[in-house]
Amino acid sequence: MLSKQKLVEVKQLEKAFKVGKKQLKAVDDISFDIYKGETLGLVGESGCGKSTVGRTILNLYQATNGEVLYSGKNLQNGLSKQDRKYYQEKMQMIFQDPYSSLDPRMNVLEIIREGLKIHRQDLSTEEQKEVVYDLLQLVGLSKNHATRYPHEFSGGQRQRIGIARSLAVNPEFIIADEPIAALDVSIQAQVVNLLKELQQDRDLTYLFIAHDLSMVKYISDRVAVMYLGKMVELASSEELYDNPLHPYTKALMSAVPIPDPKIESERERIILEGDLPSPIDPPSGCRFRTRCPLAKDICAEVVPEWREVQEGHHVACHFV
Amino acid sequence: MTDTILSVDNLDVSFQTYNGVIKAVRGVDFDLKRGETLAIVGESGSGKSVTAKSIMQLLPKKTTMIDEGSITYENENLLNYSRKEMEKIRGKEISMVFQDPMTSLNPTMKVGKQVVEGIRKHQSLTKKEAYNRAQELLELVGIPNAKERMDAYPHEFSGGMRQRVVIAIALACNPKVLIADEPTTALDVTIQAQILDLMKDLQKKTGTSIIIITHDLGVVVNMASRIAVMYAGEIVETGTLEEIFYNPQHPYTWGLLQSMPKMHQDRSVPLIPIKGSPPDVSNLHDGCPFAARCPYVMKVCHDHVPDKEQVSETHSVSCWLQDERAPRIKQPDFTGGDHVVQTKTR
Repeated sequence: MLSKQKLVEVKQLEKAFKVGKKQLKAVDDISFDIYKGETLGLVGESGCGKSTVGRTILNLYQATNGEVLYSGKNLQNGLSKQDRKYYQEKMQMIFQDPYSSLDPRMNVLEIIREGLKIHRQDLSTEEQKEVVYDLLQLVGLSKNHATRYPHEFSGGQRQRIGIARSLAVNPEFIIADEPIAALDVSIQAQVVNLLKELQQDRDLTYLFIAHDLSMVKYISDRVAVMYLGKMVELASSEELYDNPLHPYTKALMSAVPIPDPKIESERERIILEGDLPSPIDPPSGCRFRTRCPLAKDICAEVVPEWREVQEGHHVACHFV
Repeated sequence: MTDTILSVDNLDVSFQTYNGVIKAVRGVDFDLKRGETLAIVGESGSGKSVTAKSIMQLLPKKTTMIDEGSITYENENLLNYSRKEMEKIRGKEISMVFQDPMTSLNPTMKVGKQVVEGIRKHQSLTKKEAYNRAQELLELVGIPNAKERMDAYPHEFSGGMRQRVVIAIALACNPKVLIADEPTTALDVTIQAQILDLMKDLQKKTGTSIIIITHDLGVVVNMASRIAVMYAGEIVETGTLEEIFYNPQHPYTWGLLQSMPKMHQDRSVPLIPIKGSPPDVSNLHDGCPFAARCPYVMKVCHDHVPDKEQVSETHSVSCWLQDERAPRIKQPDFTGGDHVVQTKTR
């Protein structure tokens, strides 16, 4: 079962982008841990900063403030070239759009082998090919697919290629950024099952970024909810779904339609007013207060503290 | 006046492409009753948008062939209408909301003007009257400060607000039928809930009949009273909301319901996906289009297309399992324990 060994520690992470003369804080002071062998789900609406968190952990974006530790080692700075290469091998990413994340001019063999060429120079070309063929089998494709080009595959198959590519260098930790959002319903379940199987066989740790709450609940051990650059709640997935504490989490849960007419007709729904405020000029205090049904004066003045209310259940709200 | 406002009968639509003829829609049949909401559910490429666009006649004339069938609106076959005649229907009698609110508005034109344009096209109102009406519409769809927002450009609106504007335009002339093609797919869940609520609310106020096209069964539950499930250009099953969710008969519908995780699903149990991927409609074989992916496939499925069988007055399905010679298959449990199934077999 779950170990309590921390694989990734995110500490007070901040990432700001320059927008004209202003600053956009896409991620603002976020701290959390990812344990070895678990799947941490990260949910939130578009523009809440969830993808930025993923990319900053991988160092695809340079963090503005704070640090990311991987097995206790700071990844943000002070890494030697060799170390950097080592960690790049251990951490891989699966992207959302299987149509734009594969180079259309490379065939499948070349796409999957690209990582091996850099990280596994000890292998001969033939050996690398063998690795690719094994990977293709592993993700449910066949050896014959190796010479084909991405346009010859369907969305689900392309996503399998993307998964095979990320597995090529034997990573320990995979960030999956909306890996199923672009796929059809009947194909989504195939890919999710594949990800789960791979996790068991290869002892992988996932950060699963998505906006589909029912799928996130199914795949994740723990789920974190983000709103406008801040983390608002983090708990085990059962706990979060049975006992959501933050008013935003509650609204988000109730907005997800349940595909069962009877349950749906009996359910009371919280419909949030208004839209996401601009992250360039976010509301003072609690960022959710402009849409929060519970908002009082204190919410505009004081930023709610990120605290652990029960064991393993963190929330940032004045009224919990 | 009959109960049915729009009916599509045996519609066949195909496209001429460099790779030959693609039969995108084959033998589609459905009726839309006054004031009801019908959902057309299917995956990408199943022909649901093509069906909608052929009702509106928005498909490119040059390459589209409507080989067979009729689309009857208020006792007139729309397929016999000329372009001019169709223009009087489009927007006035039947209007459409598109998926992507980012591209369905004109970025160089003020929002108010775009609503006014729709109104003046079909109604003889003065500019002033049309302007006031536009403002009313924006208020109706829940845009705050409608008066000031009339002068804003689409890029100044969020996705949800833009979709509200698109809905306002669609409703500008009190259409009798509204076709919404994936109206919430591009939106976030909390905004999706707002827009679905708005559409239901507006339907109550105006009595418009709605066809909602979606791939998301969750959206359907909230909106529709009847559902048509499409697969590879054909409607494989039609029924009321309850019939499709609690007593589905087609293995594809079973597969769709099974492949979705339920809120209370045990995480150690793997999901049950539909194996394989949707067929290439440019290269369809004889027989049932779902045969290649169907877990219950029989010999006959590969050779002959199943007929439509009536399960109840409102429920029909095209599947050889309905034939009396077919083995009896127990419906799989697709509720994940959320709901106790009525184990009613045929």
